[in-house]
Amino acid sequence: MSPLSLSVLAAPAVITEPPEIDYGLLSPMLVVFAVGVIGVAVEAFAPKDKRRIVQLWLAGLGLLAAFVLTVLQVGAVTGPEAGVAIAFGTVMVDGPALFFQGTILVLALVSLLLIAEHRDGESAFAAQAATVPGSGEEAEHRLAGSQHTEVYPLVMFAVLGMQLFVSAGDFLTMFIALEVMSLPLYLLCGLARTRRLFSQEAALKYFLLGAFSSAFFLFGIAMVYGYAGSVQFGAVHEAIGAGGAGTIENGEPLLLIGIALIAVGLLFKVGAVPFHNWKPDVYQGAPTPITALMASCTLVAAFGALLRVFYVAFGGAVWEWRPMMWVVAILTMVVAAAIAVTQRDVKRLLAYSSVVHAGFILTAVVAASPEGLAGAMFYLAAYGFTTIGAFAVVTLVRAREGGGEAGELAQWAGLGRTSPFLACSLALFLLAFAGIPLTSGFIGKFAVFEAAVAAGATPLVIVGVLSSAVTAFFYVRIIVLMFFADPAESAPKVLKPGALTGTAIIVGVAATLILGVFPGPVLDNLVPQPVPEAVNGTQPAEAGMVPGDMFVR
Amino acid sequence: MTSYLAAEATAVTAAADGAVHTYAWLLIAFPLLGAAILLLGGRRTNTWGHWLAIAMSLASFAWAVTSLFALLSYAPADRSRVVEVYRWIEVGGFSADVSLLLDPLSITFVLLITGVGSLIHIYSVGYMAHDDSRRRFFAYLNLFVAAMLVLVLADNYALLFLGWEGVGLASYLLIGFWQYKPSAAVAAKKAFLINRVGDIGLLIAIMVLFTTFGTVAFGPLFEAAPGAGQGVMTAVGLLLLLGACGKSAQLPLQAWLLDAMEGPTPVSALIHAATMVTAGVYLIVRSGPIFEAAPTAQLVVTIVGAATLLAGAAIGCAKDDIKKALAGSTMSQIGYMVLAAGLGPIGYAAAIAHLVTHGFFKAGLFLGAGSVMHGMNDEVDMRRYGALRSAMPITFATFGLGYLAIIGVPFLSGWWTKEGIIQAAFDSGGVTGQILGWATLLGAGLTAFYMSRIMFMTFFGKKRWAEDAHPHESPMSMTVPMIVLAVGSVALGALLVFNYTLAQFLAPVVGAPHHEFDLAHMVLSPYSLIALALMLAGVAFAWVRYARADVPGAAPKGNFVTVAARNELYGNAVNEGLFMRPGLVLTKASTAFDNSVVDGLVNGVARWVKGSSEGLRLTQTGFARSYALTMLFGAAIVVATTLGVSFA
Repeated sequence: MSPLSLSVLAAPAVITEPPEIDYGLLSPMLVVFAVGVIGVAVEAFAPKDKRRIVQLWLAGLGLLAAFVLTVLQVGAVTGPEAGVAIAFGTVMVDGPALFFQGTILVLALVSLLLIAEHRDGESAFAAQAATVPGSGEEAEHRLAGSQHTEVYPLVMFAVLGMQLFVSAGDFLTMFIALEVMSLPLYLLCGLARTRRLFSQEAALKYFLLGAFSSAFFLFGIAMVYGYAGSVQFGAVHEAIGAGGAGTIENGEPLLLIGIALIAVGLLFKVGAVPFHNWKPDVYQGAPTPITALMASCTLVAAFGALLRVFYVAFGGAVWEWRPMMWVVAILTMVVAAAIAVTQRDVKRLLAYSSVVHAGFILTAVVAASPEGLAGAMFYLAAYGFTTIGAFAVVTLVRAREGGGEAGELAQWAGLGRTSPFLACSLALFLLAFAGIPLTSGFIGKFAVFEAAVAAGATPLVIVGVLSSAVTAFFYVRIIVLMFFADPAESAPKVLKPGALTGTAIIVGVAATLILGVFPGPVLDNLVPQPVPEAVNGTQPAEAGMVPGDMFVR
Repeated sequence: MTSYLAAEATAVTAAADGAVHTYAWLLIAFPLLGAAILLLGGRRTNTWGHWLAIAMSLASFAWAVTSLFALLSYAPADRSRVVEVYRWIEVGGFSADVSLLLDPLSITFVLLITGVGSLIHIYSVGYMAHDDSRRRFFAYLNLFVAAMLVLVLADNYALLFLGWEGVGLASYLLIGFWQYKPSAAVAAKKAFLINRVGDIGLLIAIMVLFTTFGTVAFGPLFEAAPGAGQGVMTAVGLLLLLGACGKSAQLPLQAWLLDAMEGPTPVSALIHAATMVTAGVYLIVRSGPIFEAAPTAQLVVTIVGAATLLAGAAIGCAKDDIKKALAGSTMSQIGYMVLAAGLGPIGYAAAIAHLVTHGFFKAGLFLGAGSVMHGMNDEVDMRRYGALRSAMPITFATFGLGYLAIIGVPFLSGWWTKEGIIQAAFDSGGVTGQILGWATLLGAGLTAFYMSRIMFMTFFGKKRWAEDAHPHESPMSMTVPMIVLAVGSVALGALLVFNYTLAQFLAPVVGAPHHEFDLAHMVLSPYSLIALALMLAGVAFAWVRYARADVPGAAPKGNFVTVAARNELYGNAVNEGLFMRPGLVLTKASTAFDNSVVDGLVNGVARWVKGSSEGLRLTQTGFARSYALTMLFGAAIVVATTLGVSFA
């Protein structure tokens, strides 16, 4: 708890001393930011034919360096409630923040492999996005081999936003992070090489709806500020504990509306029903490597922020927001699973599957306990690797004509016979999505459901199990289709995975298996073991034990 | 039969320490790796695959010997070691472990499995030399060894069941190894089906145990078993027995074993004589505390054992197929073991001792039979053998030693261990003890008769060979394992039983021997002398019938007993009438039920889900404006729930 927020409240005067900033702790973000900036400079100064390779190395090494720096900081924040608030408590470096940042960086690195994949001089991105689709100008650029190497700095900025999103210490920083993360993604979504109109439509939709949700988020922040007199998470928590900051009489409705509106903003990013509509359209329209990035990194970042807000800032109001989360979680699990059943396009199916998984993770949020936090963290990491692997497979299955991806599920029949290894990896990913034992998906589901049951949310878990039974149905249907059906007339051509895509698939397979067979080392160390009196996590809201004890306030 | 030894039998189980025990999983890993390499490696491993399989089996054996010595370095009471191999998942109060139990009982089995297994691997190099798919054969053998080791090393019923199913799978694959023979395919299927019946028993037993005690690990289970209700324990005991009957070919699930002889002979020796079929005995002995808490179940075990012991002997007397005659003998000998295991602590050590010696001499006999078949163009009908002793001297000598051991010639392996069972049966006391004891004595006489019949019909008498038969001795790779097994058939019994060495070793697990070792009593007790007399009578009768007299080329009509025995005591007819026909009717009925009721339900649900899915899909219009509207409604719902809950 930083006293600074209270001083802000008491005297909103200008602070004259310069803030003391620990640049060491901020270094992972600074590195990513620097790489992004250098990337822009490279666009300006490097010769055209060298840009891609320079950008790739720059981005790869930058992400790697940031990851190493993140890992190095783990030692600094051991033990419960350990963590450091930086720059007036606007950025928090604690266990969950480091875990989420590390996960985002690794997943971004794997996604980068897909983004960089090149085949016969063609990447997944439009030659020149500014040209009118189908125009002669576009064809010219295509023939000239133009490339959008700006993709790399854009990805870096998005990753920077994600890093900040999960470690923000107040609502305003979080909002800025949200925009830093989202704006590059809106752009990236519109850059698909094939079906460009479709892609641009998706980008525009994503942008409009994203802006809409941001407005909700901002409005919620204003409400909460009205109630608590501060935007700092710790201060909001204090204010809720004290029954209001004293600035407004009977301010509770303000708080409740604020919680609800902030929830809308965050649940939109997560893609929970009824804020999920953008997901299928955007996932389908965006270039598949970018879809992989969004399905893994953005989801991790959104949940990281959601967990921080609801465990720290609103940790004292669990009873107020829990029913709302129940409703959203149930809607998400039921509706998305039901719609997914009739999907015929692989990317749309994976999009709905991502929505269902968000519902499963929400059950852990409902638990509001250290176990719930640990379960959600494990689930996100495991799901991230699996989903990148699945999208990597999607990039390889191409239509016979035009070279676009063969999204139609019917075309995937018999894939198990023509390319067994690819089909086997996809089957593994699908089994992990379905939560079959010995895959990481099973452990993740087990962990979040266990936490939810311990917190008394058994009905929610029953809905979750039923929903996962429905989802298992369509995952298994794909496996059956791939291995037991005869190849379709319009059988797609399956590209041989290049070194980059191959690595991404192998990483996905390895992570899915290792986290499924040896989950112990990760699962046990996610959360610092709670101090003995806090072990009774079954009644987390009682006796001053708040779910956010793993976060620094 | 109250267990007055129970206190001594509960050794304290300690966590494993020391490198040898910590790496006990290597025992299983070696053959498993071998199987994986051979199966995945494909044709590339054809040239050296079998050597790899042998190396893996031998490595496992070497590790077993090392483990034995490491175990012996502890005080007897500390010889139960749990090796936690790997904790799969631990969330909240739930944890799932894979742990192995190294104790005198399991290490005895491990040594038998890897030792005899390695010998049979070596033998198979020669036996399968001309088979195109020898690599696959060795892969399955390795797979079998690994699964069997999982079975005996498991420290809980769940893992045991995994091994149990694993050996079932390996057995299925190996019985049907020559799939092109319809009889082999049918036999494999039959073994598979009958074993399923037993497996269901075991599975239900495990479920009952878990619901009653909340655990399936041996240690806590056996501690809690004496305090549990009679009814539950009896039910569990009978269900475990059903499992044991399936795997060990005991009545009424015996019918598959004779047909299983369709598999290659090394398989018959390893799986259907020495190791897998004894898994039932292992299960009963390992579950001792459960059976001791359920005297009724114990009584049923002894009855099943005694009945099978006589039925198997009867079948052995009548079969002309050398392998089927030996299979009948296997049934009968396992009947002995099951009987002893049903006697409780006084019989456990005797059962295990007989199991080990039987593993040696029966494997030796099967390998001998295989060697004969190898030299006789795969002829199995003993009426086409005769006077082979000069053509195949080594086979004759090794087979002969195994023969002398199994009929119980004093001071050979079989005598030591069979005497132990006879003694234990009479010592168990009461009328039951007398009945069981006389059954074992009668069995000893029958054993002498049918084994002599095999011996004389094969190696003595006149040549009755087919015209193109040119019997010849088998190659070294086949004879050497036979010689090793023959040495075991001669000496192993004395080694294990004299001074109750094995019984003392097993004491921490199964309870100490109930009296001092007394050689004079063993040789000169009236029962021992009766057994000897019956044996001599059996041999003499066989000599008259099959060595002195001519053996007709076709089987004589025989009286009704012979005919019944030849037909395997109508086991198949019973199965057909009792299970297959009602089963067919039941299948038809349930298919109809499934089609109309279950499918109707399932399809109805599926239709409903699909219908609602189609309906919901319509909300996905693609228009950003309608999405925004949905979001607005969503936000309204979220705000309403949050406010509503607090102010309602």
